[in-house]
Amino acid sequence: MATIQTQDPQIDVRHQDAMCTNESQLKHPWWHNLKYTLVGIIFGITFVKAEIISWYRIQEMFQLTSFHMYGVIGTAVVVGAISVFFIKKTRAKTIYGEPITLDDKKFNKGQIFGGLIFGLGWAITGACPGPLYAQIGAGFGVVFVTLLSAILGTWVYGYFREKLPH
Amino acid sequence: MLELLKQPWHWAVAGIIIGLTVPTLLILGNKKFGISSSMRHICAACMPANIPFFKYDWKKEVWNLFFVAGVLIGGFIASTFLSNPEPIQVAQATKERLIEWGIQDFQSLLPTEIFSINSLLTLKGFIFFVVGGFLVGFGARYGGGCTSGHAIMGLSNLQLPSLVATISFMLGGFFSANVILPLLFKLF
Repeated sequence: MATIQTQDPQIDVRHQDAMCTNESQLKHPWWHNLKYTLVGIIFGITFVKAEIISWYRIQEMFQLTSFHMYGVIGTAVVVGAISVFFIKKTRAKTIYGEPITLDDKKFNKGQIFGGLIFGLGWAITGACPGPLYAQIGAGFGVVFVTLLSAILGTWVYGYFREKLPH
Repeated sequence: MLELLKQPWHWAVAGIIIGLTVPTLLILGNKKFGISSSMRHICAACMPANIPFFKYDWKKEVWNLFFVAGVLIGGFIASTFLSNPEPIQVAQATKERLIEWGIQDFQSLLPTEIFSINSLLTLKGFIFFVVGGFLVGFGARYGGGCTSGHAIMGLSNLQLPSLVATISFMLGGFFSANVILPLLFKLF
């Protein structure tokens, strides 16, 4: 597993707690990003059709009255883990021929404190960040307020980051 | 075929599609599946305010914004063209509990008692939208990711910190859903 050693402070800042900080050496025109939009569309349709964006499904999950959400997340993790295993084993490359890199995450207390805070909000809003976008698209306009507030929460975290225990 | 697509999808179908998002993004461009990062990029783009955490070239992560835009469009497509005409099926025990809490609407994916424009300027709306959303955004960033980045991507890559985060998400959720929510509904 490659760990990225970089001297570039720009990359280091992005690297903090981020899910994705890989630096492609390739330059693409902007419309190459539309392939990610296509993946997002399929993902968003799935979120709505499997009712993952439903506030009721989230309540069921936390009241342990339905297997549905556990089935979704459990299946996704198994499929994802098998895929990652084969990508590592075959040293698969991207469609542009670049190596696929997977970094190890470092433990910090934020994963506990932040995770608990996230969970509190998740049960109230009935949505984690993905479903927020899908709910807005599905016509639940008021959820835009929730998304704005989540962005504000992200900003406030950034503001107080140095003072918080990690 | 269209009729089949309009019915609610089985959890295994959804799980497989969501799971396959992980290798798809890796193969398309070495991108790690994660959604809450998009909100950080929005902060960096719109209001970095000289905060070190937001001082980076967000344009290098712009794929993530294209991705979440797709999630939004997907939500629109599914609700416009593949909408299920039947009311949502909610587990009986949860339904009874929600009725006790004062929820009567079990038609759509979200209860209109909460998620309507009318409740926006009430205390209830403030708690469900503003406070709830703030906790989601603050917690996701503090925890270094949300359900997608930790529970799906992180666990797929067998990362112990992601397991810690996922367990924390669930503990927070159990407490909120079973202790805080009943109290909130007593208020309104």
